[in-house]
Amino acid sequence: MSEGLTWNVYNVGDMTQREIYGLVLCELGEKYPEIVGLSADLAKSTKIGTFGDRFPERFFNVGIAEQNLFGIAAGLAKSGLIPFVSTFSAFASMRAGEFVRTDICYQNLNCKIIATHGGTSFGPAGTTHHATEDLAIVRAFANLTVVVPADPFETAHAVRASMAIDGPVYIRIGRGFEPPVYESEDYDFAIGRAVEMHPGTDVTVIACGTPVSHALQAAGLLAEQDGLSVRVLNMHTVKPIDREAVLRAVQETRRILTVEDHNVIGGLGGAVAEVIAESGKGCAFRRAGLCDEYSMIGYPEDILNRYRLDTDGIVENVREMLGVEFEEDEDWEDEV
Amino acid sequence: MAVSEAERGELTRRAKAIRSGIVDVTGWAGGSHIGGALSQTDILTLLYFKYLNIDPANPEWPDRDRFILSKGHGGVGLAVTLAERGYFDPALLKDFGHSGSPFGMHLDGNKVTGVDASTGSLGHGLSMAVGLALGARVQGKAWRTYCLIGDGECNEGSIWEAAMAASHYRLDSLIGFVDRNRMMIDGATEDVMAIEPLADKWAAFGWHVQTVDGHDFGALAQAIDEAQEHAGSPSVILAQTVKGKGVDFMENDPAWHYGGLNADLIARAKASLGAE
Repeated sequence: MSEGLTWNVYNVGDMTQREIYGLVLCELGEKYPEIVGLSADLAKSTKIGTFGDRFPERFFNVGIAEQNLFGIAAGLAKSGLIPFVSTFSAFASMRAGEFVRTDICYQNLNCKIIATHGGTSFGPAGTTHHATEDLAIVRAFANLTVVVPADPFETAHAVRASMAIDGPVYIRIGRGFEPPVYESEDYDFAIGRAVEMHPGTDVTVIACGTPVSHALQAAGLLAEQDGLSVRVLNMHTVKPIDREAVLRAVQETRRILTVEDHNVIGGLGGAVAEVIAESGKGCAFRRAGLCDEYSMIGYPEDILNRYRLDTDGIVENVREMLGVEFEEDEDWEDEV
Repeated sequence: MAVSEAERGELTRRAKAIRSGIVDVTGWAGGSHIGGALSQTDILTLLYFKYLNIDPANPEWPDRDRFILSKGHGGVGLAVTLAERGYFDPALLKDFGHSGSPFGMHLDGNKVTGVDASTGSLGHGLSMAVGLALGARVQGKAWRTYCLIGDGECNEGSIWEAAMAASHYRLDSLIGFVDRNRMMIDGATEDVMAIEPLADKWAAFGWHVQTVDGHDFGALAQAIDEAQEHAGSPSVILAQTVKGKGVDFMENDPAWHYGGLNADLIARAKASLGAE
């Protein structure tokens, strides 16, 4: 709220992550003349066009040329400007992946990548337009901060907070039909720090992006129907991951489920698994996501249901985890 | 800004020193992309000793002209040129490519003073040059952006994405060069993947095109002058060069795209260059 932006004045319940992003970027553009915007014929689709309409002399639509998109952004950053670059997640991470890696991340440039239509959110468009590998790919790019906001309010937070980082940031948002998780922007957001959305002591669900709202509903259902106390962590920053929040959850709940709209390899689940494995602590652990397969085509809600990433799927996953055994470790206090 | 006789003598002396330095570094490093480093030398010499508005004592000067070596494997030649121009002590080059050295075959702009962009993977530099030229326009700055592209690099699709963008934005502060030495790793460009008619391609992409002898300072300078005068579109100078230029046993031999030099070959190369 320090920027003086209060999106509660907009009807956020009816706005998508992309629309909020476009508005926040315009507000930042008023304050920071060094911000420029770029897209590759997706100005309308990604809503960065809102910025382009407000600041036409600071906006560049480079046509359908994603490699060039990120190369030009690197040059603009080197000239002293702060580029915000928007295209679909699949193209930012894969079509232009080496340009993001070598031009932006290797040179450690102050460039913000707003990757829209993340995960399977572009459902009916088909698997070519899904991005279920992007977090694994960009997480391996050194210097890059990776954020996956859960809803429009968090998107506003993330876009604003990215300005405080003097380096590249990848913000992965959806297509825009995701339900709001928060009621307002009035909560404590900091890049690199998980948000505990629901307290719990039996199981922890660690999620990012759209599945956060489903995890919250699942926690309510499991309390009501099973008497379970389910902690929900919104791990909006996938890199650097909030190691402390993960280990505290391991210590206090001993059962961890990760949920992400992504392949189970290399994304949020991979990042959490790395933290747990390196801690040497035993716990029951499961990753929900796409099990190393290409996503089905369909409506996003049906896709999330198919891969058990929606409320019902998370409830099932949690119930299945309850009987899983793991090796006890009596000596917890020494490392956490 | 034609080249006077005195300037031509000075440029020739500098180019010879740079080529000699490239031979030295090739020996110290155990190998380098020497063929293309020698073909590009006269272009870099002319830019760094006559045209670029730069200050080696203030390498991050915001208003300086920018130079991007899109053919990043020519990094050994750029490093020697920067040392010759006074950006850093040439003695630092003795560790070129060694473990822990800031210098590698493809230069890291965050480690080597005076390098405007980290390049190496081909097809990236021209896009960054477009961004720098746009950045100058957005900020009302007068710097020019120069970019040297390899001829084999013109196989990369991203070069043509950038070429399209540069003319779309009418970036007349951007001057490109193609080091047309006609060779790539696996042989002649026209055998591996033909790029001719190259001038027609650049013209079709909306660029002002000139074709000149890339080892003739006078012709190159005239072309740069014309490119600077030209308004409304970016310019490209197709510099007809010889791979391995100046070292008789390397000239026009694709085997010298990358190679190492023992003491005997260093002596022969220096003799061929007429260098110490």
